[in-house]
Order: sequence, then C-alpha cells, then structure tokens
Amino acid sequence: MQRDARRSRRARLAARYAVLTLLAAVVLFPLYVAVVSSLLRLHQLTSRPPTLFPTAPQWHNYGTAFRQGNLGVYMRNSVIQSGIIVTGQVVTSVLAGYAFAFLEFPFKRALFAVFLATLMIPFEVTMVTNLVTVSHLGWYNTFQGLTVPFLASGLGTFLMRQGFRQVPREMREAASLDGYGHWRFLTRVAVPLTRPTVAALAVYSFLGAWNQYLWPLLVTGNDNSVRTVQIGLKQLAATQIQEIPVTLAGTVIAIAPLFLLLIAFQKQLVRGLTAGAVK
Amino acid sequence: MTTAATQPAPSGAAPPAPPARARRSRRRREALLGYGLLVPALAVFGVFTFYPFLRNFYLGLYRNPPFPNLPHTYAGLTQYRDVITSHDFLSSLWDSVYFALLTVPAGVVLALLMAVAAHQRLRGIGVYRTIFSSTVATSVAVAAVIFGTLMNPVVGLLPWLGINPHPPFLQSPSLALPAIAVLTIWQNLGLGFIVLSAGLQAVPDEVLEAAAVDGAGAWRRFSRVTVPLLSPTIFFVVVVGTIVAFQSFGQIDLLTGGAYQNSVVLHTDVLTYNVYRTLVYGGDPGRAAILSIALFLVTLLLTLAQMRLLERRVTYAA
Repeated sequence: MQRDARRSRRARLAARYAVLTLLAAVVLFPLYVAVVSSLLRLHQLTSRPPTLFPTAPQWHNYGTAFRQGNLGVYMRNSVIQSGIIVTGQVVTSVLAGYAFAFLEFPFKRALFAVFLATLMIPFEVTMVTNLVTVSHLGWYNTFQGLTVPFLASGLGTFLMRQGFRQVPREMREAASLDGYGHWRFLTRVAVPLTRPTVAALAVYSFLGAWNQYLWPLLVTGNDNSVRTVQIGLKQLAATQIQEIPVTLAGTVIAIAPLFLLLIAFQKQLVRGLTAGAVK
Repeated sequence: MTTAATQPAPSGAAPPAPPARARRSRRRREALLGYGLLVPALAVFGVFTFYPFLRNFYLGLYRNPPFPNLPHTYAGLTQYRDVITSHDFLSSLWDSVYFALLTVPAGVVLALLMAVAAHQRLRGIGVYRTIFSSTVATSVAVAAVIFGTLMNPVVGLLPWLGINPHPPFLQSPSLALPAIAVLTIWQNLGLGFIVLSAGLQAVPDEVLEAAAVDGAGAWRRFSRVTVPLLSPTIFFVVVVGTIVAFQSFGQIDLLTGGAYQNSVVLHTDVLTYNVYRTLVYGGDPGRAAILSIALFLVTLLLTLAQMRLLERRVTYAA
C-alpha cells in the first residue's frame, strides 16, 4: 500500500519533468539546430538523415562570419548604440522620475500625463517624419541618428518615479537636515536606494536597443560605419546565401551577449518586463 | 539644468518660521529645478514623438508626386478617404488581423502552459525557468534567420521528414504568413512566460489549497481558480501580443518582403510593413503618414480596451 503510494508519487514526479522537458525542447530546438548547423560543412546540411551532431565542428565558420560578414564591426556598433541608449534612458528617466517623486511644481500632474501619453505612440507611428528630421540634422548614418530619438522613455520615467516614491520621506528630511541639497540627495541617497529599479530599467532598455531592427535599417548606410548587428544579419543572410553555416554562426554571435546577460541579470530583467504589465 | 541642480539647496536648518518671501522664493526654486529635470526627456519627446506624430495628420493632406523633388499637391481629406478605402490598406489590415489571430491565441496558450508547468517547487526548476525565458534574448532578425533555415526547402529536417510543400513555405501565398507566425510565436514565448509567471506568483496559494481541499482536481483548479484570477495578466499578454503583431516588421522584411510586390502577393503585408514599403519603396510620405495614423488608432483602441477592462476588474474586486 505504502509502496504503491510512493510509486505513484514517483510516477507523477516523472510526468512533471517529462512535461517540463518537452516544453524546454520546443524552446531550445531551433537554437540547438542553429548552433549545430553553424558548425557543419555546407554539404552536411543537405545530408539525409540530417546531421544533428557536428562530428567535425567547423569552427572557422565563426572566423568567416567575423571577417567576411564584418560581424566584428557590427557588434562594436551595436555595443556603442545600445550603450548610448541605455545611458541616455537611465539618466533622463532618473532625472524626470526624481522631479515627479520629490518636487512640487505647477502642472506636475499634467506633465506626468504627457510622459505617460508617449506610451500610446509606438515608434513606428513617428518614423515617417523622424526620418526627415534626422536627415535634416545631418544625422543620417551616424550614432546620433541611431540613438537620440530613444534617449527618453515614458516607461522608464514611470518606473523611476515609482521607485523613488518607495524612499521614505524621513530620509529626505534627514538628508535635508544634514544640509544635503537635491543634487546630493539624488546621487548619494535616492539612486543608491533604488538600485534594483535602475538595474531593471537598464537591462530592459538594453534588450530593446540591441534588438531594434526597423529604425537602424532606415537610418544606416551601406558603408557599415554605424550599422548594427541585426541589420548585419540581414546583410549576411542576403549576400552569403550559399553559406548558411556562416550566417548561422553570425546569429549565434549576435545572441551570445544577450544570453549571457539573461543568465546574469535574469531577476532584473524579469522586474523590468513585468513592470510594464502592472502599469 | 546642471546649474539649477548644483545650487545650494535650501537648508532644513532654517529658522522655524521663515518669512513669506523666503518661502516663496524657495518654492520658485524648487519649481525651476523640477522643470529643469524634465527638460531633457521633454525635448526628446517633443522632437521625436509628439511633433512627428502630429505632423502625420498634416502630411496626410498632401499627395506626393511620383518623383521626389517635385512640389507635392494639396489633396485634402480625400486622400484619407482614398487610402482608407483602398484595397492596399484593407488587405494589409486583414493580413495584420489574420497574423494576430495566428500568433496571439497559440502563443498565449503555450506561454501559459509553460508558466503553469514551471510554477511548482521541483529540483532544477530554475534551469527550466531560464530556458523558458530565454527567447526574450533573441531578436526578430535572429529568429527569422534561424527559422528561415529550418523552413528552407533543401536544408535540414523538414524535407527529410517529407514536409516539403510546393511552393516552399516562404514563397506560398497561403503558407508564408502562418510560417512567419510560427517563428513570431517562438520569439515571444519568453516574454509571455515571464509576464504570466509573475502573474501566477500573485495568485494566493491559500485559494488553490482551499479548492484542493474542496476536492477540485488539477484541471478544475486551473480552469476555475487560476485562469480567472490570472485573467488581467492574460488579457495584458493578449493586448501586447496583438500590438506586436500589428508592428511586426523584421521577420517579414527578412523572409518574404524586400520587394514591394512580393509581400503583397504573399499576404504578409502587415500594417507596419506597409508603412515602411509605402515610405521607402513607394516614396510616398503622404500615404505612409495616413497608414501610420491607422496603426496608431489600432494601438490606441487596444490599449483603451485593456484599461477599461482592468478598471472594471478593480471595481469588481473592491
């Protein structure tokens, strides 16, 4: 009797793991195929049955992606572009969030509504004119053109305001008694206390910036001086149609930094993504 | 902004009853600082969000010549009517709705399944959670390249399994959009999983335990307790998924778009792709602006619907 119960419990446990593993396979299978295929020789791709394990990994495909596919340049550009956007969004959101959380001024509520209204206007709706603005400013094919339109974030401001409102009022009063002005209070107390929120915002905005596709496609030129890795993948896929393993090596290179980021900052990322859900 | 910020702030150690003038100047300084801190963000929003948004309405009034650099002509509201009643717009709207129907329900069900499966105390569950979240790290370009290979008519698994339609998936008018839907579902699984998991964690365990004590089986507990309590989160994922479907661009540009004709014939002309090709290949900012407004209205309607529903739920709960 007792053994039966134990056995059925074990069977249930096995079933749970089976379901989990099946779902994990759905998620991982495309990635697995991409990694394996990036290490194959071209003729192995068409072999029957398909090669699901690289017996003689062709590591040089990665070198080829870097050299012929200019992936090194694209990666550098993406790092610069995403770095500027993340820094800009964090700075402007911290400043504006601080004003909304700690300061009193006329039209505060109306201005906050203006910030939230930006969440209703997706970037795709503004690109017709933004393209004109950017070229008038002489910013076509520059990092300014790639990044300046994204240096502020309505969601980021909202997040920082919520974070700052968690800072106890007494802290502000105590700091004020210690002779802290707003600037010192912001940098020495408010931001350090809201570090988790800042981190969540940074990770969230990095993800968005790194994976941008439409805008970089519109404002970068063929000389590759500022072209990002997502558009680089398009180039790679288009020009090296015969070289599927090299193209896939390129995709693996393009996602590798984000997977490391995901593993390192999963908690912050989850905070950032779910903050959007409660807004 | 920095000058305002570095000014010595009013000290709290001031005399207990400061004269009215001092108080007023202190308040004025605080307001100035407040505006100063908002200026950077407001400048970006003004130039790159509100101005271009409003200019769409103006651009839509003008008809653009077939060649650039010729003067455009005033067409007035008739151009709005022309665009909105055009086959080009209506078929693109249908492609978007169809694409949302293909991606959203299946994507939400799969993500919910993953969230429920991962919502238990088991050894190694953290690894599964990381795997289930992992597609948030991918981009549309990455997903498109990988699935483009998977659906390649010559390469890999599907031809070997005998799944090899003619014309191939990505060149078939009836299969191209469903094929793109598959990779879109996959790419959005991570986001859906993360949001739904967070929602599940907010469902109180006591409620589920009480249901279990009352003799409700796993399926009943799921369908009668978990899903209703989770419905605001599910609705959020549905709304975001639909907005994402209307804004899909990269996977279409990479896999079926490119040339103007192609994407129309293949019925993968979702609204954002249409804005892009009208602007870039068609060289027609006027029409593109009207299409942008349509895209905005769709987003707005979806967001408002969500807000109303959430409000109603809050009132019920109160």
